[in-house]
Amino acid sequence: MSITIFIPRDAAALALGADGVAAAMAKEIAARGIPARIVRNGSRGMHWLEPLVEVDSGGARRAFGPVAPGDVASLFAAGFLDGDAHPLALGPTDAIPFLARQTRLTFARCGVTDPLSLDDYRRHDGLRGLEKAVAMAPEDIVREVTDSGLRGRGGAGFPTGIKWNTVRGAVAEQKYIVCNADEGDSGTFADRMIMEGDPFVLIEGMAIAGLAVGATKGFIYIRSEYPHAVAAMRAAILIARAEGILGPAVLGSGRGFDMEVRVGAGAYVCGEETSLLNSLEGKRGVVRAKPPLPALQGLFGKPTVVNNVISLASVPVILDKGAAYYKDFGMGRSRGTIPIQIAGNVKHAGLFETGFGLTLGEIIETIGGGTASGRPVKAVQVGGPLGAYFPPALFDTPFDYEAFAAKDGLIGHAGITVFDDSADMLKMARFAMEFCAVENCGKCTPCRIGSTRGVETLDKLALGIEPDASLALVTDLCNTMKFGSLCALGGFTPYPVMSALTHFPQDFVPRPAAVAAE
Amino acid sequence: MALQDPGPDAAAQTRNIIADMTHLEGPLLPMLHAVQAAFGHVPQEALPVIADTLNISNAEIHGVVSFYHDFRRAPAGRHVLKLCRAEACQSMGSEAVAAKLTALLGVRSGETSPDQAVTIEPVYCLGLCSCAPAALLDGEPIGRLDDERIVAIVERVRP
Ligand SMILES: Cc1cc2nc3c(=O)[nH]c(=O)nc-3n(C[C@H](O)[C@H](O)[C@H](O)COP(=O)(O)O)c2cc1C
Ligand code: SF4
Ligand code: FES
Repeated sequence: MSITIFIPRDAAALALGADGVAAAMAKEIAARGIPARIVRNGSRGMHWLEPLVEVDSGGARRAFGPVAPGDVASLFAAGFLDGDAHPLALGPTDAIPFLARQTRLTFARCGVTDPLSLDDYRRHDGLRGLEKAVAMAPEDIVREVTDSGLRGRGGAGFPTGIKWNTVRGAVAEQKYIVCNADEGDSGTFADRMIMEGDPFVLIEGMAIAGLAVGATKGFIYIRSEYPHAVAAMRAAILIARAEGILGPAVLGSGRGFDMEVRVGAGAYVCGEETSLLNSLEGKRGVVRAKPPLPALQGLFGKPTVVNNVISLASVPVILDKGAAYYKDFGMGRSRGTIPIQIAGNVKHAGLFETGFGLTLGEIIETIGGGTASGRPVKAVQVGGPLGAYFPPALFDTPFDYEAFAAKDGLIGHAGITVFDDSADMLKMARFAMEFCAVENCGKCTPCRIGSTRGVETLDKLALGIEPDASLALVTDLCNTMKFGSLCALGGFTPYPVMSALTHFPQDFVPRPAAVAAE
Repeated sequence: MALQDPGPDAAAQTRNIIADMTHLEGPLLPMLHAVQAAFGHVPQEALPVIADTLNISNAEIHGVVSFYHDFRRAPAGRHVLKLCRAEACQSMGSEAVAAKLTALLGVRSGETSPDQAVTIEPVYCLGLCSCAPAALLDGEPIGRLDDERIVAIVERVRP
């Protein structure tokens, strides 16, 4: 009987010692002469259990975690290859409640397969979407994506099919697919996980996009903070090219598509699509005014689809199972599934893919298990550094684009960062302004100057200097930034600032310590 | 970390490094990354070579290099510690971790220690927000930075 031991290669698992566990396992297997194979899979997304080791010895895969290198000998001593006697045993992986509750469409294979095995990919329904797409007319591919209700997962929630249709209709000798893998938002890691854990699904999604709009070249712009994702994507592209998935004849069709990885250089604003295009062209990552839309004049002035990693990685399952299947999940105008990233001070941190519509409270309390520190939740920031801070009083808000907008918040890239009651919301508001001051592209005054003035004014407020005037000035600055900024970096920084002010006014009164120091 | 003195032939080396990259669409960022990978930073001598190859002005290339946080104009320490300072890490005490590490390593955030052992760089999110506070030491991810892992970092930096 063949035995397979899975030990993740995901950066989060590596950060918690997965390489040491793999080395110890390999040594133990060799010493005991056991015919077991080690596969370095992606992560299942239960990061509080990482490194999560799984055993496949026939029957259901069984999990153990979190495993430290020092646990390996005792796992063998307890006979973990065929039994669950060890204290770290978690039982069948798929029955772990955090996983069992999910609807995994985009992340169906992540953590299950060997990320760089195309055989594994095929065995787990990979390439079915692309196989259908090569036999379809471009307008039919676009219609399928439009009908699925898929909206951009990068933050703005723009309907993907509509964007594709614009590019499809544009006449040009060269068009491009650009995958936005800049994932700069704190609290998010879905793009990273899919690139490291199932890179072929992104390649497949980009190839389908290319066929749909008539683009023959794709770029994946990955932030430099993600060296493991860069390596995984580059390796997967080489394999896909060798196997005829990429190249002059995609899957033997008459149509060509190829792609390459480009690495960012540490600028948050380069996640904004036009700044990203400038960066790809080798320029400063300054935001471009729209129009012209990138769909018509994008990379090197050519019609360009710019989509987030998760938007593109959700396309293969839509083509495979059909628009209606995908659209059936979700609520309101938020269709399909969303990989929610639960991060920060939370007990069960990780990635949870589900149809839209769970309430924030369910996500944080039931699924996330409350804070890691065991203290009460004070605030959650949804949607990264440009997202609002919500207090527990808003935990009945359903996870849905429109419902969040109605409460002056946003879903963004679906990251949720949890803070316990030790959080100082004035400090968080100041950080939001400071981040904007450090990371803005310099193009517009309200953003560039407003954020710097915002930092100064919040510092004054903390010191109790002219509190009423300072509060009024912060509000005023936020208004100016909101309405006078070219892009959402300046335009949305007011969300974290004003939500902190609105929901946690007690943190904005002069501090006793500061008063005493005067 | 690659860390060679650019030396007198930095220009010639740069010419070699970028020679097979001219066919790329939008070659400037890949070239700058390649130069930094070879020298540990982007030496001044490399800029006119790249500018000349791409037929762009020195001012333009300088503008690009200065825009991006990644490109260093001076050599870094033998180790580079990128410490995450973004929100999710803050929620798990990254400020205290940063204070301990800067004290133990004797270097401020954003600077290189006088003995050239280490450069600490603040970064905003490493995608390890589910195991915060997080860092990258010479490209290797480290999560849930507690006292034990902090000491391990210090020992690796100055064995
Ligand atoms: C400051 C700023 C940063 C952004 N960062 C990202 C990012 O890291 N990843 C991303 O996909 N979209 C990001 N966006 C949104 C993009 O501009 C764009 O809407 C998105 O890539 C479109 O793809 P989608 O329709 O698939 O979401 C950012 C926007 C702004 C204003
Ligand atoms: S709002 Fe800020 S980041 Fe956006 S274009 Fe203006 S200056 Fe640049
Ligand atoms: S916020 Fe620190 S790794 Fe994401």
